[in-house]
Amino acid sequence: MTLRAYVIAYLVFLYAPIALLPLFAFNDSTVIAFPLDDFTTKWFAELWTVEALHAALWNSLVIAVVSTLLATLLGLAAARAAAKYRFPGKQGIMGMIMLPLILPEIIVAVSLLVVVIQVLGWPLSRWTIVAAHTLICIPFSIAILNGAFRNLDAALEEAAVDLGEGRWSAFRLVTVPLIAPGIVASLLVGFTISLDEFIIAFFLSGAEPTLPVYIWGLLRFPARLPVVMALGTLLVIASILLLTFAEIMRRRGVARAGLRDKGGFL
Amino acid sequence: MDDEARRGLLLISPTALYAIALLAMPLSAVLAISFATQDFLTIDWTPTLANYAEAVSEPLYQQLLLRSVMIAGAVTLATVLLAFPVAYYVSFHVEQSRKSLWLFLITIPFWTSYLIRVFLWKVILGFNGVFNSSLLGLGIIEEPLSFLLYNANAVVITLAHAFAPFAILPIFVSLERIDRSLLEAARDLGETRLTTFFRVTLPLAIPGVTAAVLIVFIPTIGDYVTPRLVGGPDGLMIANMIQTQFLRLNNAPLGATLAVVSMVTVGLIAIGFVLLTRRWGRTE
Repeated sequence: MTLRAYVIAYLVFLYAPIALLPLFAFNDSTVIAFPLDDFTTKWFAELWTVEALHAALWNSLVIAVVSTLLATLLGLAAARAAAKYRFPGKQGIMGMIMLPLILPEIIVAVSLLVVVIQVLGWPLSRWTIVAAHTLICIPFSIAILNGAFRNLDAALEEAAVDLGEGRWSAFRLVTVPLIAPGIVASLLVGFTISLDEFIIAFFLSGAEPTLPVYIWGLLRFPARLPVVMALGTLLVIASILLLTFAEIMRRRGVARAGLRDKGGFL
Repeated sequence: MDDEARRGLLLISPTALYAIALLAMPLSAVLAISFATQDFLTIDWTPTLANYAEAVSEPLYQQLLLRSVMIAGAVTLATVLLAFPVAYYVSFHVEQSRKSLWLFLITIPFWTSYLIRVFLWKVILGFNGVFNSSLLGLGIIEEPLSFLLYNANAVVITLAHAFAPFAILPIFVSLERIDRSLLEAARDLGETRLTTFFRVTLPLAIPGVTAAVLIVFIPTIGDYVTPRLVGGPDGLMIANMIQTQFLRLNNAPLGATLAVVSMVTVGLIAIGFVLLTRRWGRTE
């Protein structure tokens, strides 16, 4: 029973910051502290009027969509290769691909900055961020798709080949539908990671900030903080919806493979 | 090379080439530039150890690196100790059908805006913050506690929150793998609940704990947001200095050297830790 009480206290600790967010977002005061003032929706209304915010959001959405598509394609190829074939150097190659999972993000940021600025002499743009976000999303994509491939009965695709389908069409007609929920989960998780990523984007964003880089700029101005709270509330709702959808897809994938759910993205 | 190996290599090659082009080669470039020097606006590529000499002799860098290792160590200890009972609860006391819901609940806060989460800890821990005003309101304290924000404590609390799922998930996975009949056998052979935990469950969970330690410790060293927002002057870490060298002082070579030095330090500590747990696991 004490264990249960501890776990509940831990969940309170985990959710405390998110729970406070809407309280301050609807609070009619520029000071982010208790006691609360009157209820207001003006901070949300203000969100609609800030052009720079819309530009940053659009930039982030473009980056997130392109990165997650690329990462899921590359992750799909790697996860399938790892699940289906034995080849020399497999462990080393997979280790290198999965490395960004534990590599501090600042190292990824610094190394790409050095290549783009000092070695190539290119200007920074949203595409440098796309390149970096694709890199850090690939391991998550592989982790999710590994689960999908592990649950897959390899005999199904072989049966399709034996029955006269080509390798590609067997993959497309048999395997893809079975791992589709995993692909959707990978797309959603990659999108969420990219949309929220700050450390790398701060190093690599040129003249066009992403949404987190824009928020970082706002944090210095106390008067703008309630707007950040309102924006944060919307972002939290959006990511919870996306992740709930991703989790439903992941579970559907597990169910489709006829297995018991072991849970968890990572 | 047989047909299977060729197919496998062909299939993995786009992803592998991507990782080589955007990870392995850039990391080599960092290593290369760490031996160069900044000459006003251009880089002098003549190899020299000058940056390394500066990195190890300048007390500020040593202090920042030492503090980063200490803070990351404290974060890791706090995160793993706090996370273990949660992983244990979900593995041993939650019904099989509800486990994935629990894991989902645990991971949700992790996916929500990182910057805003860190900022909210500043709101919670501040002098007039949520925590202080609640304690004052309840009459538990007379004056606001000032040791909560703008120091290493705040960094540890905030990062223990940020990395919670990274610690819980690997420990949970290793606890799930434990054959439950081993625990029954231990009880049948006269162990108590407590000794069963320490002599059977915990040793078998060590791989998960090791993974949790590494996956929390290594990225923590590279965080500059949390120290900047809640750390105050005494909570700044080596990553803040790397960021300053690159983005403010425009000294990429020295920044690269500091990055290499901190990665080597972290790598050595990680390897030492793994060897230590292996040895401990063997003698047990």
